[in-house]
Amino acid sequence: MSTVTEYKKKDFVSDQEVRWCPGCGDYAILAGVQQVFAGLGVAKEDFAVISGIGCSSRFPYYMNTYGFHTIHGRAPAVASGVKIANPELDVWVITGDGDALSIGGNHLIHAMRRNLNIKVLLFNNRIYGLTKGQYSPTTSPGLVTASSPYGSLDQPFNPIAVALGANASFVARTVDTQPKHLKEVLKAAHAHKGFAFIEILQNCVIFNDKVFDHIVDRSVRDDRQVDLRDGAPMVFGKELDKGVRFADNGIELCAADEASNWDAAEATSADAMRLCQGSETAEIPVPIGIFKAIERPVLEEEIHAQIAATTEKLGEGTLESLLNAGETWDID
Amino acid sequence: MTPTQEIPLQQVDDVVIRFAGDSGDGMQLTGNQFTNTSALMGNDIATFPDYPAEIRAPVGTVFGVSGFQVRFSSNDIHTPGDQPDVLVAMNPAALKVNLADLKEGGTLIVNTGNFGDRDLAKAHYDSNPLDNAEELADKYNYIAIDLNQATLDAVADCGLTNKQALRSKNLLALGMLYYAYSRPFDTTEKWLATKFSKKPEILDANLKALHAGAVIAENSEFFAIKYKVGSAPLAEGTYRNMGGNAALAMGLVAGTQLANLNLFYGSYPITPASDVLHALARYKNYGVTTFQAEDEIAAVCSAIGASWAGSLGVTGTSGPGLALKGEALGLSVMIEQPLIVVNVQRAGPSTGMPTKTEQSDLNQALYGRSGESPLPIVSCSSPGDCFEAAIEAVRIAVTYMTPVILLSDGYIGNGAEPFLIPDISSLPEIKNAFAEEGDTRKPFDRDPKTLARPWIKPGTPGLEHRVGGLEKAEGTGNVSYDAENHERMVLMREAKVAGIADSYKPLEVFGEESGDLVVLGWGSTYGAIRSAVERCHNKGMKVSQVHLRNIWPLPSDLKDVLSKFDKVVLPELNRGQLNRLIRAEYLIDTISLPKIQGKPYGGAELFAHFQKILNA
Repeated sequence: MSTVTEYKKKDFVSDQEVRWCPGCGDYAILAGVQQVFAGLGVAKEDFAVISGIGCSSRFPYYMNTYGFHTIHGRAPAVASGVKIANPELDVWVITGDGDALSIGGNHLIHAMRRNLNIKVLLFNNRIYGLTKGQYSPTTSPGLVTASSPYGSLDQPFNPIAVALGANASFVARTVDTQPKHLKEVLKAAHAHKGFAFIEILQNCVIFNDKVFDHIVDRSVRDDRQVDLRDGAPMVFGKELDKGVRFADNGIELCAADEASNWDAAEATSADAMRLCQGSETAEIPVPIGIFKAIERPVLEEEIHAQIAATTEKLGEGTLESLLNAGETWDID
Repeated sequence: MTPTQEIPLQQVDDVVIRFAGDSGDGMQLTGNQFTNTSALMGNDIATFPDYPAEIRAPVGTVFGVSGFQVRFSSNDIHTPGDQPDVLVAMNPAALKVNLADLKEGGTLIVNTGNFGDRDLAKAHYDSNPLDNAEELADKYNYIAIDLNQATLDAVADCGLTNKQALRSKNLLALGMLYYAYSRPFDTTEKWLATKFSKKPEILDANLKALHAGAVIAENSEFFAIKYKVGSAPLAEGTYRNMGGNAALAMGLVAGTQLANLNLFYGSYPITPASDVLHALARYKNYGVTTFQAEDEIAAVCSAIGASWAGSLGVTGTSGPGLALKGEALGLSVMIEQPLIVVNVQRAGPSTGMPTKTEQSDLNQALYGRSGESPLPIVSCSSPGDCFEAAIEAVRIAVTYMTPVILLSDGYIGNGAEPFLIPDISSLPEIKNAFAEEGDTRKPFDRDPKTLARPWIKPGTPGLEHRVGGLEKAEGTGNVSYDAENHERMVLMREAKVAGIADSYKPLEVFGEESGDLVVLGWGSTYGAIRSAVERCHNKGMKVSQVHLRNIWPLPSDLKDVLSKFDKVVLPELNRGQLNRLIRAEYLIDTISLPKIQGKPYGGAELFAHFQKILNA
């Protein structure tokens, strides 16, 4: 690993022509990630950007780092092998709602459970884009899509609830069109030691345009979002004059000075679970920011510690010791 | 226990014993102990464990019977034997399943303690087969003994419950056979002392039962003759007893050590491949990382990730698991990186017969991926051979930057034989070719000789690039949908794999270089074919054997070698999968000998086939 030089965003721009649709939310996320990577103090060659299949998963081609565009849903499994084989790499997984929560659901929850130090960015646009507009595991019921001409009947996953349920040690949500917030969340995820799951609300201009406008449009977002900041009161509104607090039976609106303080390290995730499951159309704003950040054992560290301890105890294995172990006899 | 001199001692050169009982009766353990003891005495040995898929099938049932056959010999042997000389039947079900196999005149030891009405009913016997004791005694050296009572008596002062005490009855049976075949107790005693170091009362009971078995055998004069089996004329050197899955794990470790790489083994438990995972999990001090993945797909994908990061990624499975890994194997073909997929085959399709052996995944290994995706296939031909085969798989994967499928099967994976510990200098040199900082090669530039691309691992400054499953432009590896480029890349990947044949050693022919019949085999049929061909030689028949280590690409000299014989016959534990490949590749006439019973071929069985073919 070489000494880290100062980077600029352009150092992370690859020579490949970006092929997302004009207006796609992915452009803003790409720019945000490139800016954040430049400032993390990590040598460029130590980044490993790994994706599955889908629009979002073309991402590694546009990053001037080591990149691996794998197969549908399997990026967390590939990334697990990468991180265990070389823990010094800074491993980022780029995925979408279909890739991560449908075909790759199993790998995602197990990577969360194991708590490898990898960062997963889930671009959630609530639709299959690259296969031309079928409903996804996060699509709202009733949506008319290519594969649901009379409206989708599936009940969706809430990605944050899935991550909390699988005990991810860092869980956050941000928005493609809010670059400042996006970058803050990415930096916090990087600083977190362990698995970080970040849902990014992302607009698909072609197949599900404006899907999050009721939350993210400039005209409403101050009143429709509450940014969860660890240790800070849950306040919102243009003047930060409104608040959210926990009540006996759930969550309620209140004045800013009566807002509950947010505790992202709360062990049971019960409050985070309550918050993330709120209705998107009710009075209570939709939470973004950091739902959870706790410390727990990191798998690749444990693996290498066990290898070191065993090697210390048994001595470093050699071909001689390998071949001659156990009971032997001679024939002469 | 000193052997008395009154009972005559007879030298025999070849004995087959089968232990059969409930899956909870400890038959595998008993068989393994007999095997280890005999190996340490210098016998050549071959074993065939045959157990049900259920861990503890309902007691006393026919489908719950677990068997372990061991053959020990003063000759060089190649199979665990066709018919047992001795059958130990712990209950009616074990008798029912196995008696037909026992050699006439062989020794039948039956535990009469388990022949009550309920036991008989569970085995679906209408009447007690032991009622015809005279008939049994005419046909066999029939030894009827209540092993349950004998065990309870032997361990009476150990302070155990009846249930605990009865667990030692397998050791009592083992003690009887140790006496009859003049085996020392020390190997088993040592093993018991380690296993039960924290349970002194169980250790005590087991030792008492073991010795009681010998005393009973001696005093009862069950055996009119004691037997001695001399040591086998094995090549000089140091040996250890080696099971196939253990040898395969060792070969993978040795291969990565030779290539100066760390081994990453991603796997999901599956019968009969799990023992490879178990073995590798103990090799942490050899730079081995094992990762028990959430499923077969994650297992192969984690291995692909580990290889990308600069370890040697290996995944292990059995047939149904290989099917799940198919898509990821295509990715591995596309990104051209080392990967080994171990397939310890079992009887399929689907869940099939998990504990029974078969060679029916050859087609899957050859063709089980989308698109044009050739990859090399290496096969293991005996338990000990798994070691060398695994090293060959590492050599090919690393030298040619390619996924490799390594085919073993349940028969050799679970079987064991004496293993001559190789001289380290005889092991092949394997070069890993990591690109270093400043390397000017593009990610998909190729070595002119091997056509392998450079192995560029993340963390190498200045060589940042992207790989993936999309088609690549020659050289740069950038995404390309160009029509001509795609065809060139398909042909390039094909040529790279085809070129691996240039690195093989010349084929070995066992027997004359030309003749009436050549037997072409691969994998676990090796021992049975060798036995049958040796028999042919003894009868003056012009039969030779060629056995494939590398199945794809086929050895360049194979067609020539086969052409020197009038007939080519291929015994396989499948419907003729290699046979079809040989016919397709060489346009030659061949005779297929398929067997699909979940059981290996025996030497006598194949000899009969060869005789018939030559007389036709």
